[in-house]
Parts: sequence; C-alpha cells; structure tokens
Amino acid sequence: MGVIQPVDSTREALPAALGQTVRKKGFLLTKLDDLLNWARTGSLWPMTFGLACCGIEMMQVYMARYDMDRFGMMPRPSPRQSDVMIVAGTLTNKMAPALRRLYDQMPEPRWVISMGSCANGGGYYHYSYSVVRGCDRIVPVDIFIPGCPPTAEALLYGLFQLHRKIRQGDRVIHRP
Amino acid sequence: MNDTAPVSPLEEFRQRLVSVLRALHLDSGIARGELSLRAPPGGIVEALTLLRDDPSCRFNVLVDICGADWPEREERFDVVYHLLSLKHNRRLRVKIHVGENVPVPSVVSVFPCANWHERETFDMFGVPFAGHPDLRRILSDYGFEGHPLRKDFPLTGFSEVRYDEAQKRVVYEPVSLPQDFRGFDYLSPWEGLTGIQLPGDGKAAIPIAAKTGGRG
Repeated sequence: MGVIQPVDSTREALPAALGQTVRKKGFLLTKLDDLLNWARTGSLWPMTFGLACCGIEMMQVYMARYDMDRFGMMPRPSPRQSDVMIVAGTLTNKMAPALRRLYDQMPEPRWVISMGSCANGGGYYHYSYSVVRGCDRIVPVDIFIPGCPPTAEALLYGLFQLHRKIRQGDRVIHRP
Repeated sequence: MNDTAPVSPLEEFRQRLVSVLRALHLDSGIARGELSLRAPPGGIVEALTLLRDDPSCRFNVLVDICGADWPEREERFDVVYHLLSLKHNRRLRVKIHVGENVPVPSVVSVFPCANWHERETFDMFGVPFAGHPDLRRILSDYGFEGHPLRKDFPLTGFSEVRYDEAQKRVVYEPVSLPQDFRGFDYLSPWEGLTGIQLPGDGKAAIPIAAKTGGRG
C-alpha cells in the first residue's frame, strides 16, 4: 500500500513502520499535513521564559531526570529559533509588553504554554496592582497547566497534550 | 536595675552605642532581643558614619533600607536602616520618623549600596531622599503612578494591561474586576473553631481538655 498514518502511530512504532516501508517499496506516501505535524512534534524548541518559581520546575524538565531532549526539545535563548513559549511564572504589568514583543518575534507556527496559577489567571496575585490577571490577556495560549507550581511531570504532560494538539491540528498553513 | 543582676551583652552593647552617639541624643531600646535606635532625620548621615567608623561599632554592612507607613501618625513614615557589624557579629536597626514630602538626607555618601535601597523606598513609599544621585523608581512599572506600599494605596491599583489586537500593542486600562475580592478569615479547625464540634472530636475531647484545662 505504501500509505502510512502517522496520526495513529505511536512514537516508537512510527520510525519502524517508516523504515520497513522504505525498505520494501523504496518510497513513502503520506499527507503533507501529517508529515509536517509529525516533524514539528519531534523538535518542539521551547523558549526559556522562566519568570518565577515555576521556572525552577521548568528547569527540572530540561534536566537529566525528565530530560526533554528525549522529545527533541532544547531550550533556546532566542525567540527567533523557538516554536513554543512556556510562560512559567508571574507575569507582571512591567513584563507584559516584553512578553508580547518576544511572542511577536517567534516565527510561525508558534504555540504558547501557560504554566502555573499565576500565568493562568494571576493566581495568588490575582488582585495585585502589578500583576497581569492571566497571560492570555497578552498572548493566545494553547495549553494551560494548573498548579502552584505544577510538578515537572505536569509540565511534561502539558507538553504531550501540546503534541497531541499539533498532531490533530490543521495548522500547516497558519492564519493568525 | 538591680546591682547584682548581670547586664546582658546586648544591653552592654547598647550602652556602648549610646555613649558613642551621645552627641546625637538618640532613643534606643531592645525589643525581642533586637537592638533599635531612633535617630533624628537630620542626623542620619552623621549617625551612620559614626556607626560605620567607630572601632567599637564597625557597622560596615548596610543590609537594607525600608519603610513603614503609619497613616494615623503625624510623621507618617518610618525609614528603617538595617546594619550589620561583621567584626562584632551584631545587628542594629536605626529608625527615623518623617512626614510626607519631607526629604531625608541620602546616605549614599556613607554606604554606596544605599543607592538602590533608597530608590526602592522612594518607589514604594514616596519618601524623597535629598542628595541622592539618581532618584528614580526602581521596581514598579514605567509611568506608574502612586506608591504601592502606602496604606492608602488600593490593593488592585488603578490600571491593568491587555493586548489590543487592533492597535497591536499592550494597552493600559482602568481596573475592572468581574469577581469581587474574597476575604479569607484563615480560621483553621486547630485555631479558630474552638466552640465547634467536628466529626471525630468526641474521641479526643476528654484527654485534651484534661491536659489543657478545657481550652482544647
């Protein structure tokens, strides 16, 4: 047949299926959407945006125990090289224009994960004079992760949810 | 004080400080095992210089400068200087009382680190410092109005931010809170609810009441 369905394949089964098909037929047939989305989930580079204590949990995910490198995620110091922005921590009024500017500098397609209570809706500082009541007032958010701070596992789970969203999405041609 | 009672080392140190600073006529006191001085606002530079340089003091670290607001008082602000003597392993708090819009002499010439601390105190309380090289806000937002740690500053402030899709920038708007402020009384079953019978209390009531004299 030569047709593979990356959407339904698990991470481990897919490379095996690809290799088998290529060996047998010498070519592959797939949908461009599926191929691109599969490739995107395989190298989702997050921008380091640790604003507060959630940033510490985000670092845990980068480090050896949870090791985001396994999923092709390497923290990038520049918005122009990154695909996903993890807003980890309290977003203050003073930081908000900078956050938006960094988001605007990210190339398409781009995603945003809001990590922790403060980024989700102000959290503990909801009534404060200096804190933005949710980073979705500033940037469009794809995944909200609850917790104060969320555990490293919770962030990893949120990233898997983002993978799922990308695989199911039709954002090959992205219209903002 | 009884002649036979031994003077504590801290009390001894307090007396030594008072004798060093006797020209300034300071109030001093020990509360909760911590030593405090109250200086006149005009004498703060002289007091800190003496405290830094006198061999029996050597308070050569200025740990922090902060403020406190007492709205009911005539001179409503405290400016508090926290000092540390590495040589004598002593900490000291120096307070001055100032009214609103009364400039306090800057101590940047004595402790260079006072620069940012004074900026912070100015930002949070609006206490002006005379002779400060660069008295700007340090923590709050660009263009922020008001001084957040004053008691008459509302908790939610006056403006909030939002990204405006039409203008393509972050805009400031007056605060609108759809959900009212929720007050929590923080009464836990272990502290506040002494008169209320909770499930399972019957088992523990008798022994605890016997131990604490009926308070548990």
